[in-house]
Amino acid sequence: MSDLQTMKQTPLHDVHAALGARMIDFGGWHMPVQYGPILDEVNIVRNACGLFDLGHMGRYHVIGPDAIKMVDSVATNYCAKIPIGSIRYSLFCLEDGNPIDDVLLYREEQDVFIVVNAGNRERDLVHLRKHAEGFDCEVIDESDDLDMIALQGQTSVAIMQAVTEGCDVSAIKYYKFDFGTVCGIENVRISRTGYTGEDGFEIYFPPTESARVWNTLLEVGKEHGLQPIGLGARDTLRLEAGMALYGHEIDDNHNPVEAGLGFGISFHEDKGDYLGRDALLAVKAAPKQALVGITTEGKRVPRQGYKLFRGDMEVGYIVSGSVSPTIKTNIGTAYLTLGNEEVGTALEMDIRGKRQACVVAPQPFFSRTRK
Amino acid sequence: MRPTDRKYTKSHEWVMIDGDTALIGITDFAVNELCNGNEGDLVYCDLPDPDRIVEAGETFGEIESVKAVADLSSPIAGTVIENNPAIEDHLEILSEDPWKKGWMIRIKPVSKSLDGLMDAAAYDEFVAASAE
Repeated sequence: MSDLQTMKQTPLHDVHAALGARMIDFGGWHMPVQYGPILDEVNIVRNACGLFDLGHMGRYHVIGPDAIKMVDSVATNYCAKIPIGSIRYSLFCLEDGNPIDDVLLYREEQDVFIVVNAGNRERDLVHLRKHAEGFDCEVIDESDDLDMIALQGQTSVAIMQAVTEGCDVSAIKYYKFDFGTVCGIENVRISRTGYTGEDGFEIYFPPTESARVWNTLLEVGKEHGLQPIGLGARDTLRLEAGMALYGHEIDDNHNPVEAGLGFGISFHEDKGDYLGRDALLAVKAAPKQALVGITTEGKRVPRQGYKLFRGDMEVGYIVSGSVSPTIKTNIGTAYLTLGNEEVGTALEMDIRGKRQACVVAPQPFFSRTRK
Repeated sequence: MRPTDRKYTKSHEWVMIDGDTALIGITDFAVNELCNGNEGDLVYCDLPDPDRIVEAGETFGEIESVKAVADLSSPIAGTVIENNPAIEDHLEILSEDPWKKGWMIRIKPVSKSLDGLMDAAAYDEFVAASAE
């Protein structure tokens, strides 16, 4: 736990305080967990639009003739095959196949822009720089030179377009990026990505402009239902949408294969060897457990670490949980030993000796394209 | 200033002697820490049944909000006589009135001494210091 003096602040820190946000320690950062009731904030993003401060995330740029080759030596996805202008989910694993982080790779003509989790920023940078040795490329830390915010929700296109010139944002397809003039700032990276399961954008611009961009978006977005949203709702939104969170579904002891993140892993021969490949192949050949969704009608909310039982047999444990205002029940994710992961399997979770019924549920809990 | 007719713990419970019994609840600060003033964020409260014996400092129940679970610790030793049946279906009374309607358990204390617990002035100071 960090105290206030040592906690890091994003460029928008004082803006959140002025909005009356409740601030918490999140991976060493003093961040807004909520501005109002968390469940209301989830509903705002599902029904209109939310604005998120993502200044705490790490932003790295691998630059040089070998940039793509270098990224392919540490990332699980096949960077060279990502079309220019596209974005892919990927992981950085160690030899044991367990990830030190999950990331987004932005494929440029020669270079790769990488967005990483706040809590893993430092070790990601050390890792990347260590493995860049011998390659003709450089790993630039742009975290302090570029701020990052997200606009998430069905009215995000209208809001984004209202502040953008020189770029038709509706033409940017999902998991692609472009550049435009946003709030008068030239060359802003505009990415059709997010962590909520909604349509939306993540944008990158100089931190000197952060308060102005934030306040302009809130003003322009007012008629489109835009509200600032904290990390509390963000966690529920990503869980509803079936997206992994480092430290829960994946971490130093949980590999991405059993987490169901195969879409971010390439075993293509042409990609060649990379850190963790052999271990990931071995897990793929003989997985021991599977990540599943859990729903429970009971009042208690699934929490990381609760054990799961099938009759008297312990079969797994919860890794994430939340109240879900969208599907109106309590939800979670859990690892189950194989043979118990079928949808509909009745289980019980143990909350300090008390049992509450729950059931294996299909993932994701929410999909905007599958209504 | 918070009510002066009772004593307080560092884990934000209060205890008030009521005749031969003692009432125990949690403070406005504890409730606010859990739900930030949004009573809808409280989802569950687990309270002990009568005849349960609790030691001073022992966990007697749990309270859960959308984002966290917190232990409820007994300020003094005793035997549970009753729990507040209104809380289970009306968690909002904890934020509306944590001092009277929001009592959680009534116990038969081993001793009526509340020595070692904070009075209202000391608790106010304690909360102000921890909020800095």
